[in-house]
Amino acid sequence: MNSKTPKSNAARRQFLFDSAKMACGVGMLGLGLGLYAKQSKALPALALRPPGALPEDDFLGACIRCGLCVRDCPYNTLELAKPEHPVATGTPYFTARNIPCEMCEDIPCVKACPTQALDHQLTDINKAKMGIAVLIDHETCLNFLGLRCDVCYRVCPVIDKAITLDMQPNQRTGRHAMFLPTVHSEHCTGCGKCEKSCVLEESAIRVLPPKLAQGSLGQHYRVGWEEQKKAGGSLIDETKMLDLPDRLPEGAVLPGHYDPASGHTEAMRGMAGSEAGVIPSLPPGLGGKP
Amino acid sequence: MSQIATKKRIGAEAVEEKGWLGAHKWLLLRRISQLSILALFLLGPLAGIWIVKGNLNYSYTLGVLPLTDPYVALQSLVAGHVPETLGLVGFAIVLLFYFLVGGRVYCSWVCPINMVTDAAGWLRDRLGIKGASSLSAKTRYWILGMTFIGSAVTGMVLWELINPVSMLHRGLIFGIGTAWMVVLAIFLFDLFVMSRGWCGRLCPVGAFYSLIGRWSPVRISANKRSACNDCMDCFEVCPEPQVIRPALKGEGKGVGPVILAPNCTNCGRCIDVCSKDVFTYGLRFNNPASTEKSGT
Repeated sequence: MNSKTPKSNAARRQFLFDSAKMACGVGMLGLGLGLYAKQSKALPALALRPPGALPEDDFLGACIRCGLCVRDCPYNTLELAKPEHPVATGTPYFTARNIPCEMCEDIPCVKACPTQALDHQLTDINKAKMGIAVLIDHETCLNFLGLRCDVCYRVCPVIDKAITLDMQPNQRTGRHAMFLPTVHSEHCTGCGKCEKSCVLEESAIRVLPPKLAQGSLGQHYRVGWEEQKKAGGSLIDETKMLDLPDRLPEGAVLPGHYDPASGHTEAMRGMAGSEAGVIPSLPPGLGGKP
Repeated sequence: MSQIATKKRIGAEAVEEKGWLGAHKWLLLRRISQLSILALFLLGPLAGIWIVKGNLNYSYTLGVLPLTDPYVALQSLVAGHVPETLGLVGFAIVLLFYFLVGGRVYCSWVCPINMVTDAAGWLRDRLGIKGASSLSAKTRYWILGMTFIGSAVTGMVLWELINPVSMLHRGLIFGIGTAWMVVLAIFLFDLFVMSRGWCGRLCPVGAFYSLIGRWSPVRISANKRSACNDCMDCFEVCPEPQVIRPALKGEGKGVGPVILAPNCTNCGRCIDVCSKDVFTYGLRFNNPASTEKSGT
């Protein structure tokens, strides 16, 4: 020990020791809390946030758990999570099967929010994205059984846009149609009225977080026909396109088949030969009208 | 230990001198304050009279007065989110208010957990539970720092995940769920494990408010300290006993009578239990180094 200042040395030592003790103890607490925080970011699939809610990660940083949105919801849709709920304690959520969102035009819950947790830019409730309805069970949905239930379609506040009935032949009877409820994500607000009103014991249609409900194309992916529509024509010079020879049994002829030897394209079924020649890349049998 | 059993209860002398009401004046006022704030919040959900909406984290009174808990708002800020205008106005109002009246006035006059820990402390005294483990009163500042760093790292309002203060208050207003277990745990912790453990050593909310009130003008002053008869009742009853000594015993060291320690909660219990009326509410500026003449 330094003999010059034994007292201050001892004091410094004590200080360092105490600080290390605190840092370790509180660090442990912080670690535990951090891990718990990570867990509580996992919102259960059936818990929906109010309209305008930021993505879950941001929401948990912005929401100050005051419950003003809960208070200003005229339908008692929202509730604050209690400690035993699988949602971050004190944050607002709703369960569509219990009470769905009624999509008030003035969106009082968003107006009441004192933070940006509910995005105040949202002024048109039809643009809300609380989730996306998915007709999750094709085996029990009555319309898939060939019946005309249609309830989810009828109650949808964005009827004929968010949910349409798509007609398909009923293969079982061979003579009827099936009217399949089909959700269109660009219009679905995730209000949950379809899930609430599904007549089955367990709803066949459910509002899920977009992350669970939607796939996503790779960033590099371009859908040819849409690019073509945007550009107003093919993006490449199709006259210079190469068509590799198709291997066919000798003497066989395929409609639309391009024969490099003669430089001639076989006429397609039911189509003028000249038309097929315009799009040499078209695979045989496709692109023609049936 | 036998002395403790036979020792007069805290404030017995003051009750003899000033009567029961006089010796419990500030305690009663404090309970009235805590309960009426709670009642205001409960009037809405229970009776449909909406004077105040929300809870202690943020409330909106009569559609004009926003109040934001600055600690929660700051954690949210650190996590990268700025409140809306009303949230910011409420933030400023609360900061200014507690800066003026003393930061930890929140703890003793508003916080619902205070009644829980006071009850634990009272029972601990009645049952004569002594000793047990102790933690530095500075622990709360470490926890406070940790919650800010943690909020920045996780991008969440971190302490709100487990904050018993807001859990209890929110629970009473919006439905308690299992939050009562957390409250019970704190009660038992204060009763059996650590005297004044939660409010006095661990709670980062109190630590935060103590920082707001670091330079608050409203303070308790021991301006009649020359009359002190060393009965120790104020030390026994004080939730932060370390704050009293410098002021009460500072005459010889040239330290003024005002309790400047930011962790004094301005609860006024020392005023109540002192039979000699040593303490009083005052201003921090009224702090002469010597009170020998003015005292008595």
